[in-house]
Amino acid sequence: MDSSIAAILTLDGLTNGIVYGLIAIALVLVFTVTRILFIPQGEFVAYGALTLAMLQQGQRPGPLWLLLVLAVCAAGMQAAQLLRAGQAALLPRTLLGTLGVPIAIAALVWWAAPQQFALPVQVLLTLLLITAIGPLMYQVVYESMADASVLQLLIVSVGIHLAMTGLGLVFFGAEGFRTPAFWDERWNLASLTLSAQTVVVVAAAAALLVALWLFSGRTLYGKALRATAVNRLGARLMGISTTLAGKLSFAVAAFIGALSGVLIGPMSTIFYDSGFLIGLKGFVAATIGALASFPAAAGGALLVGLLESFSSFWASDFKEVIVFLALLPILLWRSLVTPAHDEDEE
Amino acid sequence: MKTKLAIKAGVLAAMLACAGMAHAELTIGVVMSLTGPGSGLGIPAKNGFALWPETIGGEKVKMIILDDATDPTQASKNARRLVAEDKVDLLIGSAAVPPTLAVADVALESQTVQLAISPIETAEGKDAWTFRLPQSTAVMAGGVVEQMKKMGVKTIGFLGYSDSYGENWLKEVQRLATAAGMKMGTVERFSRADTSVTAQALRVVSSNPDAVLVVASGSGAAMPHKALIERGYKGKIFQTHSAASRDLIRLGGKDVEGAYVISGPAVVPEALPDGNPSKPLATDFVTRYEKQFGAGTRNLFAAHTYDAQLVLQKVVPMALKKAKPGTPAFRAALKEALESAGPIQISQGTLNYSPKDHFGLGDDARIMLTIQNGNWKAVNP
Repeated sequence: MDSSIAAILTLDGLTNGIVYGLIAIALVLVFTVTRILFIPQGEFVAYGALTLAMLQQGQRPGPLWLLLVLAVCAAGMQAAQLLRAGQAALLPRTLLGTLGVPIAIAALVWWAAPQQFALPVQVLLTLLLITAIGPLMYQVVYESMADASVLQLLIVSVGIHLAMTGLGLVFFGAEGFRTPAFWDERWNLASLTLSAQTVVVVAAAAALLVALWLFSGRTLYGKALRATAVNRLGARLMGISTTLAGKLSFAVAAFIGALSGVLIGPMSTIFYDSGFLIGLKGFVAATIGALASFPAAAGGALLVGLLESFSSFWASDFKEVIVFLALLPILLWRSLVTPAHDEDEE
Repeated sequence: MKTKLAIKAGVLAAMLACAGMAHAELTIGVVMSLTGPGSGLGIPAKNGFALWPETIGGEKVKMIILDDATDPTQASKNARRLVAEDKVDLLIGSAAVPPTLAVADVALESQTVQLAISPIETAEGKDAWTFRLPQSTAVMAGGVVEQMKKMGVKTIGFLGYSDSYGENWLKEVQRLATAAGMKMGTVERFSRADTSVTAQALRVVSSNPDAVLVVASGSGAAMPHKALIERGYKGKIFQTHSAASRDLIRLGGKDVEGAYVISGPAVVPEALPDGNPSKPLATDFVTRYEKQFGAGTRNLFAAHTYDAQLVLQKVVPMALKKAKPGTPAFRAALKEALESAGPIQISQGTLNYSPKDHFGLGDDARIMLTIQNGNWKAVNP
């Protein structure tokens, strides 16, 4: 192994690591705000990449129907709640509020899909569609059990993951897709080939991080999210709606997932079930950050990417084994340095 | 008028009576990978059933299709259910190697004939009730090595799945290449869900072999191919028959131009010479399949289930002479008929099962293709 090979491997590892890092950040965000270990995060990645592929072909993407069904379910649940509380007068306004935006987005995608717009427009449509699914999913699935234990929430997450994988097969078919690169260019720097897509990944990740930083530091909603992450009960006492925080965190997670999918799509063939493994690696990275620290999770993701890249060079048979085995020393170290405390904080 | 009506009624009654007599239907249990990692193979295989006739040998065909999720345990459970509860006369499936092996165990145990859609290798005698429709890996690897030899290849690199499909290919190519005086070089593996094979491709390319064999299936075969090209590999790249679908060209684009792909003849009837006995059947399969599922959808797995029906049309009448469907005697007669039927012409070549050989397909069942201008072209027709 010479320095040029090491450089190529490092670059490849870092590119993948950045995508894992985005996923890890979404996982940490969702976990700190809602205590949900969001296993289906990877599915949003696959949905993002494949929705873009569908739009490329001028077909109407399947997640459109998922969005509509979730919106109808959410509206139905709200209606039932209002009727039970005897507040039928509020019904029209609530239903309009819940159904309006999803139906508008679905209609927009329905109309735009066969028009075959330019790639940037299709990327925006993809991000819009997948992001809209996030908060509705929280509302339909998790809202009523927001105070359940971490284990119960995890079990539900596994169920959602299985359902989303199955739906992915129905929506996109069994064959994989590769979306066109945003910027199809390759530069040769000595022995290293730098593809423009790598630059796009780095730029998009950086832009996202800055946006998240501004959002959490400068906006009221961002501060509410942070407050909920620090202490749910305290935040509620201060008048912050934990439901709103949950929906918001899911919207951000779905957006990050769809963005990761759009970024990774041109670099690799994505199948309907590819999301799980990508999500798991993001999860390893999030664990390095103890599901609490964003910088540690991001650093962990780069580590996972590098580990993966180098281990597939040296021992391709054992690549997955090495990556997931890396969890053990990390967990051991975590359990040694973290003082034991009661899990149920409230 | 009245007499005419009476005659008509009489004929109708007679026909109904005949139909009633032939009521014992042929029950076929299908275990197929419709979800999970093998679904890219299982779904087209299931689509192939759409080309089946309604009756075979005068018996109505009743088909029960179960999904095994590409999971051997589920496949085994499904096969057991089909055999025990539905009392099927015959099992078909599955599309991926591990579940097919699981079905083979049940076939042996329950003494039910299995028509396998994937080329499974079993221990001696374990396949007594299993008959494969695809070409064995040895036949296909033989075609690859033959072509490599013709082109003067000395060293071979390997970039393949880290599962039983990859292992079977590695074993066969290693054996045949060593016998032909070639050297097996770098062997690298990856899994279907990998998002990058850069590192493995780098290792293969840096050892600079004359040819590289990529062992992957369906649309998954494009990524390793592209990775090799991106890393500056200039030699010949070979692909296996699992990659012989339009998806390779769709996803690979200009990077797969000039690739060599071994395939069964069923997907390229246009490239077959006129005298080839498979040509009319392959043409029939391709035209009917694409009429129903769209242009360019032809694939080897749908051809296998199309072929299953051709095999049954030959052997079911033979078995019916000995026993009625739904009985153990019929199942035994079916096995005997398969082993003694002699050559059966299918869209992939000529099947020749014998009590010793349950693979049946020989060297005429393969064709080497290359990709030129985004289309298939036969290398030596």
